[in-house]
Amino acid sequence: MKAPPFAYHDPRSRDDLIGLLAELENAKLLAGGQSLVPMLNFRVVAPDHLIDINRIPDLAGIRLSADDVVLGAMTRQCDLQASADLAASAPIIREALAHVGHFQTRSRGTIGGSCCHLDPAAELPALCALFDAEFDVAGPNGARVVKVGDWFKGYLESALEEREYLQSIRLRRWPAGHGYGFSEYARRRGDFAIAGAGALLEFAKDARIRRAAIVVFGVEPAPVRLAEAEQMLVGQTFSETLLAEAAAQASALDAMADVHVSAAYRRRLAGVVTRRALTEAVRLAREAV
Amino acid sequence: MSTRYFGAAVPRLEDPRLLAGRGTYVDDIVLPGMLHAVFLRSSVAHGRIRHLDSTAALSMPGVRAVYAMADLAGFGAGPMPAMAPHPLLKTPITCSPLASDEVCYVGEAIAMVLADSRAEAEDALAAIELDIEHLPVVANARQGIADGAPRAHSGRDSNVIATLRGSHGNVDAVFAAAAHRFSETFEIHRGGCHAMECRGVVAAPEPRSGELSLWTSSQSPYMVRRHLATYLGHDEADIRVTAPDVGGGFGPKANVYPEEFAVALAALACGHPVKWIEDRQEHFLATTQQRDQFWSLEVACDAAGRMLGVRGRCIHDNGAYAPYGLILPTTALASFPGPYALAAFDLSIDVVLTNLVPTSPVRGAGRPNAAFVLERLADTIARRLNLPREEVRRRSFVRAEQMPYVTGGKMRDGSPVAYDSGDYARALSLVVDKIDAASFEERRAEAATRGRLLGLGFASCVEDTGLGPFEGASVRVTPAGKVVVATGAASQGQGHATTLAQIAADALGVDLSQVTVKAADSRIFPLGISTIASRVAVTAGSSVEIAARKVRDKAIKVAAHMLEAGEHDLEIENGQVRVVGVPDMNVPLSTIARVLSGSAGVPIPAGVEPDLAATGYFDANQLAFAYGSQACEVEIDPETGDTRITRYVVAHDCGRLINPLIVDGQIRGGVVHGIGNALFEHMRHDEAGQPLTATYADYLLPGAAEMPDIEIHHIETPSPRNPIGAKGAGEGGTIPAAACVISAIQDALGPEAPFVTMHPVSPEQIVEWIDQARK
Ligand SMILES: Cc1cc2nc3c(=O)[nH]c(=O)nc-3n(C[C@H](O)[C@H](O)[C@H](O)COP(=O)(O)OP(=O)(O)OC[C@H]3O[C@@H](n4cnc5c(N)ncnc54)[C@H](O)[C@@H]3O)c2cc1C
Repeated sequence: MKAPPFAYHDPRSRDDLIGLLAELENAKLLAGGQSLVPMLNFRVVAPDHLIDINRIPDLAGIRLSADDVVLGAMTRQCDLQASADLAASAPIIREALAHVGHFQTRSRGTIGGSCCHLDPAAELPALCALFDAEFDVAGPNGARVVKVGDWFKGYLESALEEREYLQSIRLRRWPAGHGYGFSEYARRRGDFAIAGAGALLEFAKDARIRRAAIVVFGVEPAPVRLAEAEQMLVGQTFSETLLAEAAAQASALDAMADVHVSAAYRRRLAGVVTRRALTEAVRLAREAV
Repeated sequence: MSTRYFGAAVPRLEDPRLLAGRGTYVDDIVLPGMLHAVFLRSSVAHGRIRHLDSTAALSMPGVRAVYAMADLAGFGAGPMPAMAPHPLLKTPITCSPLASDEVCYVGEAIAMVLADSRAEAEDALAAIELDIEHLPVVANARQGIADGAPRAHSGRDSNVIATLRGSHGNVDAVFAAAAHRFSETFEIHRGGCHAMECRGVVAAPEPRSGELSLWTSSQSPYMVRRHLATYLGHDEADIRVTAPDVGGGFGPKANVYPEEFAVALAALACGHPVKWIEDRQEHFLATTQQRDQFWSLEVACDAAGRMLGVRGRCIHDNGAYAPYGLILPTTALASFPGPYALAAFDLSIDVVLTNLVPTSPVRGAGRPNAAFVLERLADTIARRLNLPREEVRRRSFVRAEQMPYVTGGKMRDGSPVAYDSGDYARALSLVVDKIDAASFEERRAEAATRGRLLGLGFASCVEDTGLGPFEGASVRVTPAGKVVVATGAASQGQGHATTLAQIAADALGVDLSQVTVKAADSRIFPLGISTIASRVAVTAGSSVEIAARKVRDKAIKVAAHMLEAGEHDLEIENGQVRVVGVPDMNVPLSTIARVLSGSAGVPIPAGVEPDLAATGYFDANQLAFAYGSQACEVEIDPETGDTRITRYVVAHDCGRLINPLIVDGQIRGGVVHGIGNALFEHMRHDEAGQPLTATYADYLLPGAAEMPDIEIHHIETPSPRNPIGAKGAGEGGTIPAAACVISAIQDALGPEAPFVTMHPVSPEQIVEWIDQARK
């Protein structure tokens, strides 16, 4: 379990990085290494060049504006978890990060790495879907912005082109006092979830749901927004039946099967975690009113 | 004799060194000119090697050699010797260090690359051309025993290599007369050992003397030496085998492995020291596991639910070879009748070859399997007769006043089994009491208000420990007054350097800090067997006691001469021999040791042999039987099937405790192992014999977060069968644990759910049972 041979590059600026991306064939970027290094050791990837982006100074950071949160691609998962600003403006992120791997992996793993690696059960890409994220990418041919709906191309596949890199991710903030809920089920603490869900809810003054966002992850090859369920909720007042019906949408997803679980069980879990996430979001939203 | 240390919770002497990273594991051994080996392994479960070409690999950077078995023929050839021959195995069923014709499991070693670095050696692996013809695969034992099944080895006419039988009493008569008979079938799966340190070997030939040194991460370094010597045609005296610090063993490291031989052969062939460090991927593929047993059993009981007899059979997956003979199925069979006084039993085990990595004992060996079926049968009786589960056990146990109790079972050598001492019902009562079973229904009701299913489980066991014939020890006082204990018993983290030192320190009246334990190096101690079967405390511990007492007697004899006092007037305390009541009249042990170390022309006292040292071999011809009961509570989330163990209580009797801290660690680790077997660990293969769970992402080794707090209570009934009164403690935590967890799950699922007869159980399975119960 030793990595195959590769040349190591250590750019110190975005320009140097762009230069290397333009010049090198079969190169991979190294962020926190928590997915890439195991893949190298198992020899499932064999790049000729490894470009370490850990020493490019301005790729990490959390910036808040009135409408947005911008997260640098190299922001470590532990720093997202520790950020008081983030906890105040988008508290579900801290909630979700408690389920991302372990203390040790979060101290190296980055949000950019999670979103480029795109494990179907990864929490951070799911949150990006929840917050209608935009991905700011750049390469030798210039920069572009990819909407979250276009980011997920399939299993472990993002919209990133060859020679492009992810610079940052922009999340749309929800108003203060929004309700949020996060629920996932994994066999062991820190494992990728068999199924997980996140929900954001905003209630109007008349106790009707003004806005809803629901994401389910780990079930299909990429995270999915439950658009139908969201529509079902908007304009309604809360009831157990309503939540159950919304959650039932998650049980209708085209769930994957694997060596551990059947598709049927995964669908069942999807319904359970969605209902739990919604229930929690309702509780917190009502508390805030 | 003072007993300052025996029984005291002394912190482990080895820990400061190990925790500070100052241990020496095999991978820490670096020798000049050393090459790194990697193995080309079979990617198919059954096949025939048609063609192997290493030309391209040989030209890769850093590569020094590529060996197949034929390249090593000058040093050794043919299949490996059988480690534990069994009369039912007419010919040994072992593999060659490197396969040259037929390969019988995914991971079987075929060739090896030696290079300047491990990474370069791995690079070259991909350049070896290998053509293997696929042969039909036996992917599990039930398939292997079926009519018309393919053969796991193309040359054998049957996959069943042996049928073991264990019986006692007139089972037909007992069943005919019994008030009730119940049948169940069981599927038991246990995974691998997953020691923190994988295997590893360094072999270094000494061209001038012809000697060979081998360091191996092993539980059985002396077995490696013996069999390697036979294989190479060398004398044992010319082979030095050392097990340095070893990071866990748990059974599989007790085998003698093809890689140990291959590395030795390669070192001899190339004339360089060679290192091979097993990586985790190889550990999943090529280190022995335990895997599957399928039992069909019938139990007979009287009207009051007292167990009277058990009969039935088992299909045992032995894997692709039998390197360890029939030890694992034999141990399963020898574990009957457990803690129960059965009038009769009759059991047979079909040992089946499959095209999966060979099996060997994993902590508890076949005992957890026997405990699982016996405990589930006890629960069956309780369920069918509507009796409390504890009551069925109490009525069926061997009683304290029946000790020593002849069970009707046979030891591995065929001699009758007799339990030595203990009060089995007391251990059960203790856990029932400590887990507060009396108020369990209140807790269950509270959990129900949270939508959770709570269940309470019990399980009991008896464990044969201290397997013979011996594990020896020598004790020597150096001229500096330090005490050095040497033994062949290898440690894989069990704390021998502390417990054996405690015994020696007490016997010699010295401070613990003055005692050093050296182990598992054939140049330090001549003989050793294996650290297996919870045997070292009893065997090596007793030998240390014997040797240290000899040294003590010798010191007193010499001191009597020097002090001109009678031996009976002397005592040994604080590193001195002194006259009782006249502490000023003393002679330090160091002085005695110096005298006995000899100086030119100076005589030593008449009738005393030189050297303040002695060797002891405790004759461990009788087993010591540890026992215990466990109770636990599980909480199930019926929507997900998630099962958390919320409480765990152990009552354990391993005789006199040398060090409660260490015993607690053994028990706690053992329970964790059993919980892993009950809920998490599953080594899966597909129909082609391909492993499906060969990483820790897929093989669910539980972590600390999945574990409950484990509350441990000791009962201390000394074993009358050894001088220190100890019984083994290494496996008692594991043996009943899976049965205990499953019993609790059953209780949580309720009477409508099917009777649970398997492990591991997954949340998905639990959800299905809940659905069935609700229908
Ligand atoms: C034991 C363990 C448990 C884990 N559990 C979880 C879990 O429960 N949930 C979860 O979500 N994750 C989990 N992970 C994965 C972890 O979160 C990783 O950190 C994450 O998947 C990848 O982030 P990274 O920064 O480590 O990226 P790397 O491993 O360095 O890179 C991953 C991939 O992304 C590419 N990449 C990285 N950054 C960029 C960039 N800026 N632009 C373009 N490409 C880029 C790399 O080239 C590579 O292909 C676990 C990991 C481990 C080891």
